[in-house]
Amino acid sequence: MRITQGTFSYLADFSEEEIKLQMRYCLDNGWPISIEHTDDPHPRNSYWEMWGLPMFDARDLDLPMQELHNCREAFPNHYIKLNGYDRTKGKQTTMLSFIVHRPKEEPGFSLDRTEGADRRIQYTIRSKAQLAS
Amino acid sequence: MSGNNTSLKSKNRWAAGVTPYAEMGYYDADYEPKATDILCAFRLVPQEGVEPIEAAAAVAGESSTATWTVVWTDRLTPHEHYQAKCYRVDPVPGSDQYIAYIAYDLDLFEEGSIANLTSSIIGNVFGFKALRSLRLEDMRIPPHYVKTFQGPPHGIVMEREYLNKFGRPLLGATVKPKLGLSARNYGRVVYEALRGGLDFTKDDENINSQPFMRWRDRYLFCMEAVNRAVAATGEIKGHYLNVTAGTMEEMYERADFAKELGSVIVMIDLTIGYTAIQSMSKWARKNGVILHLHRAGHGTYTRQKTHGVNFRVISKWMRLAGVDHIHAGTVVGKLEGDPNAIRGYYNTLRENKLEADPSQGLYFEQDWASLPATMPVASGGIHAGQMHQLLHYLGEDVVLQFGGGTIGHPAGIAQGATANRVAVEAMIQARNEGRDYLSEGPEILAKAARWSPELRKALEIWKDVTFDFESTDVPDAVATLTV
Repeated sequence: MRITQGTFSYLADFSEEEIKLQMRYCLDNGWPISIEHTDDPHPRNSYWEMWGLPMFDARDLDLPMQELHNCREAFPNHYIKLNGYDRTKGKQTTMLSFIVHRPKEEPGFSLDRTEGADRRIQYTIRSKAQLAS
Repeated sequence: MSGNNTSLKSKNRWAAGVTPYAEMGYYDADYEPKATDILCAFRLVPQEGVEPIEAAAAVAGESSTATWTVVWTDRLTPHEHYQAKCYRVDPVPGSDQYIAYIAYDLDLFEEGSIANLTSSIIGNVFGFKALRSLRLEDMRIPPHYVKTFQGPPHGIVMEREYLNKFGRPLLGATVKPKLGLSARNYGRVVYEALRGGLDFTKDDENINSQPFMRWRDRYLFCMEAVNRAVAATGEIKGHYLNVTAGTMEEMYERADFAKELGSVIVMIDLTIGYTAIQSMSKWARKNGVILHLHRAGHGTYTRQKTHGVNFRVISKWMRLAGVDHIHAGTVVGKLEGDPNAIRGYYNTLRENKLEADPSQGLYFEQDWASLPATMPVASGGIHAGQMHQLLHYLGEDVVLQFGGGTIGHPAGIAQGATANRVAVEAMIQARNEGRDYLSEGPEILAKAARWSPELRKALEIWKDVTFDFESTDVPDAVATLTV
């Protein structure tokens, strides 16, 4: 299955050129770019591993593109996402976040049900087999 | 219209009997509003023969301390302090209407109570005989009063971080037909719409607990649908379970059950009343559940230009009362709404600080003092083919609800949902790339539809659907509206 987290998961995977245009949008807004990766894309996994610190001082696309390349080399079979962050008052949050790399096979999730009294069901979502890096 | 103010001062303020309100201190052209005052702009049409200033002073009087006759017991109080003061009356060019500006001292209001605020401001004056009609157009709520409320239990930032959804409008759909589906069939619609790509589905305002589908059955089937869709997509999804009921006790029971089943969101109708809304807000904060408000019934008093309460005022009250979502108009859909006025509502709900802007119908500045923002919801007659216009008019922090525009898709509900999701992502991509997406919208959608059969089908079927009627309520845009 294709997980559909992130701003652009219903579009075809972005080309290098398309990724650069989104990075440019972040930089033009003054949003530092960060890269994160994981082998556990559980919908409630808020903390993917940070590929270094957010690139607060990057003013052009060279560094973020290089880091994205490095992260892909290191974790070719992980999910990798790119985030743009806005520190301005009242925002102080992520403004854009989209998956830029996926493992060859996406194992998806299973849904466990625990049946309780009066037809209640407790649901647990589990990531299927952890991915090899 | 400040006029001959001095002649309004009566020689004997305390003579028994009826004295014009303007002479009792409810009109004062020299009054300078304090930073702590609550300010109101009323649109009023006096009865024939009633002076506009006297009509405006009557509104100030009846919405604060006055009654119809002089009472000596006023002299037991520092009445000048408690009297609301009309400080300005402007004629609306080309009409029989006036805009009256009235200042209320902060001491007139109980902290943290929309019921008290509204009982004061709109409690007694709208049926006043001396007025032909009256409309509360806007209010300036000072930070001193704002800070007595906690506002939305989550707010836009927290909601997005909770849902892990950034950078695009959220997508929803109201289950249709809104009445008559069994709980099991109803859950089917929820599952299909969510797995197809929507973030939320929604009970309609009048889905509560009827003979054809009781609330408990609906909740159980909907949560099966929500969890199946989460597992199928890896995304957090929600269904607005409407907890509206006849009593608070029943609402709490339903909301608690929704929470226990793991629902991320519940919903209430505006018809439950301001106090019930504040109670549910408190419940939602305590239990970590997002609170959606459907503005059921508002059209009865917000729509007519000369009488009632403008929706921008309802927006302010609801942001204070504390709801995370509120329906606030679509511009392009089937329900009433002038684009500029709707921009004013959206800004009122989302921004932290607003300047007065007559073009948006904003009569006053408004400082929300970091109160969390309420997410506006656009619902009613919108579809994927309008995505460029929706993004242009409504922006990114909005829930776009495509009910018919999802469920009416000829290939199926999930396909309808996918069409909407592809359209919104393609439009965000184009916007971020710096394209003129408003004018290029149709081409952007057509290009995205080349590899999305779902979107292609949606564009074909709804291509000619527009709701192009003249609005019954547009801002006057009088250039002198600022305080």
